[in-house]
Amino acid sequence: MTEIIYEYDGSFEGFLSCVFESYLCKELPTAFSSGEELPSSLFPVRTVLTDPERAARVYRKVAKLSPEAADLLRRGFLTCLPEKELCLYRLTAKLLEQGPRFLRDLSDETLLPVLRAVRHLNGEVHQYKGFTRFSDLGGVLGGEIQPKNRVLPLLRRHFCDRYRNERFFLYDRTHHEALFYQEGKSLICPLDHFRMAPTDETEARYRLLWKRFYDTIAIRERENPRCRMTQMPKRYWGTMTEFQGESYFRPTAAPAGVSGSAAPAGIPAPGTPPAPGPSAPGSAP
Amino acid sequence: MSVPPAIAGAAPPCGEMDVLEKLTVLTDAAKYDAACTSSGGDRRSRAGYIGNTTTAAAGCCHSFSADGRCVTLLKVLLTNRCVYDCAYCVNRRSNETVRAMFTPEELADLTVQFYRRNYIEGLFLSSGVYRSPDYTTELMIRTLRLLRETYRFNGYIHAKAIPGTAPELVEQLGFLADRLSVNIELPSEAGLRALAPDKTKQAILAPMGQIRVRNQQSREELVKYRHAPKFAPAGQSTQLIVGATPDTDFHILRLTQALYDRYRLKRVFYSAYVPVVENPLLPSRDTKPPLLREHRLYQADWLLRFYGFRAEELLEPDRPDFDTRVDPKCSWALRHLDFFPVEVNRADYEALLRVPGVGVVSARRILVSRRVRRLRIEDLPKLGVVMKRAQYFLTASGRMAEGLRFTQDSLLRNLIAAERPALPQAVFEQLSLFAPA
Ligand code: SF4
Repeated sequence: MTEIIYEYDGSFEGFLSCVFESYLCKELPTAFSSGEELPSSLFPVRTVLTDPERAARVYRKVAKLSPEAADLLRRGFLTCLPEKELCLYRLTAKLLEQGPRFLRDLSDETLLPVLRAVRHLNGEVHQYKGFTRFSDLGGVLGGEIQPKNRVLPLLRRHFCDRYRNERFFLYDRTHHEALFYQEGKSLICPLDHFRMAPTDETEARYRLLWKRFYDTIAIRERENPRCRMTQMPKRYWGTMTEFQGESYFRPTAAPAGVSGSAAPAGIPAPGTPPAPGPSAPGSAP
Repeated sequence: MSVPPAIAGAAPPCGEMDVLEKLTVLTDAAKYDAACTSSGGDRRSRAGYIGNTTTAAAGCCHSFSADGRCVTLLKVLLTNRCVYDCAYCVNRRSNETVRAMFTPEELADLTVQFYRRNYIEGLFLSSGVYRSPDYTTELMIRTLRLLRETYRFNGYIHAKAIPGTAPELVEQLGFLADRLSVNIELPSEAGLRALAPDKTKQAILAPMGQIRVRNQQSREELVKYRHAPKFAPAGQSTQLIVGATPDTDFHILRLTQALYDRYRLKRVFYSAYVPVVENPLLPSRDTKPPLLREHRLYQADWLLRFYGFRAEELLEPDRPDFDTRVDPKCSWALRHLDFFPVEVNRADYEALLRVPGVGVVSARRILVSRRVRRLRIEDLPKLGVVMKRAQYFLTASGRMAEGLRFTQDSLLRNLIAAERPALPQAVFEQLSLFAPA
């Protein structure tokens, strides 16, 4: 078997195409690269084109041997595991060669790094179900997160269900992509330039109300910064309303004409799409 | 049953307090309630309604407050006006404090707007006893009805049932809420008589019994008719105050066990008493809340619910309080050294769960993995076993960890040291008070 570095487009299908390629050419990839920088090494580099049909064949084969492994591959590909492609490649290769039995050994050395990365991903997804914050931007809800793993595809179901009668978007600062939802349809797509729409008076008011609630609910006699930090590491704080500076609680724009604070006019009538607002993420000037 | 009052007319003049001020007062007055979970709901998202309760299975924290507690619900009182005079409570009639009251509209608007921004999972509505238990409950019902029907809120609601409320009203409340709770607060009748003279054990247990029966009936009806209305589908919980009365840990844990067994409670919460008043019957104002004790009770509660322990195994009449130095499971293990070591390749699930450092998750992983091959000691940390604690109590293929030597004394010392880093800071400080000089 010759050793080689694969360059591919960074997509899951692209990765599966690489797996196909390696079996076809009897090659053993020592590294994967998608775009930016090529690892400098002695091994030759080859570009593998993404082929949906080949990708599907590999995926079907894996899923037939073990549905759990297929799920691990899909999720593993969303993780921030260093050299994730290599780890997932090894897992796939071992599965194709030995069958699924080793997957039951949860301490297996090929399986374990992927398992750990996926547990980390699942944990982060769970955290973001709670720690994500939205703002009402003239009737459209908009939020930002900064996750280590690519959590959007796994948060999609949750937020689309919960806010099924809303219009919303959620922007991932780390991976520069966003989830959009409107009337039963959702979409995740890359977004290079993103700027949050301005805040109106109503929105600033609810932010302030929330901040006040958050500050008041703590019992001073029991203050415990270390416990809070373990439960909710600082890296989440940057996109959470309750940890923003003073200016975040002031309006940045003239009050929007769409909704007022008086109930129930402030709530979009259920079933009808809210009025369009100045909220769609625009490109930077 | 009396006619629900018209709220606008009923609300007493509160000066010109705006929603921000009311929120401040009524959150401050609600913060001592420990219950803040959103588990057990099963509302799916519906067209035309706001929200669902699908994160319920695992519970979902939306933030953590500065005291390290999970924030998941908008936890407020409808009003902190109260005709009762419970000695331990900031809202008692005789306390000089600012009083406020939400209108149902204000509360419904806050809930929905917080929910849309993903600040919260839902509402936890409690209240002081305004005029009478029935009157207060009627106000709560109106608020929840407005929220569910007019605002079409489909998220989580936890409502407090006030002791002494008419059963018909508890019934109505149960069809609007996902979870109900009746707080016992003081774990003994003597404590109640001395500190909460307006409440009786009977008045507290009656709604708890009613909720248990109705919840059970509603489940049975649901099997027959798919659309039968659900009564408090997420069950009920309660809270016990720790450290306001001389009750022992054993007494509290036995009470907990009885509540799980007989009233089918989903959760019992413990709240370390924070002295808010000077009263000869209560710990003095400079007493620190007994956080370590509260922590040990939560650990033991966990052992009752998920590890198959019984209260009588953990404590006894002549050893009625938890060892402050090690957690209840380690303490049990140290008193039952003849049970160990447990062989991980053979032991059943129940025996694995008795090993300190082995949890529900790692025990399951051991069961799965050992079907493929015999496990070695080195495999165990990869399965999530905490070896610092577990190594003294288990073997893998007949062997203990390499080079492990210990005596009964050093075992205790090592176990104490192993728990330290995992303890919350404040608990740790209290623990060092007990440490030998
Ligand atoms: S009835 Fe409730 S709010 Fe009123 S004093 Fe007693 S504990 Fe406090």
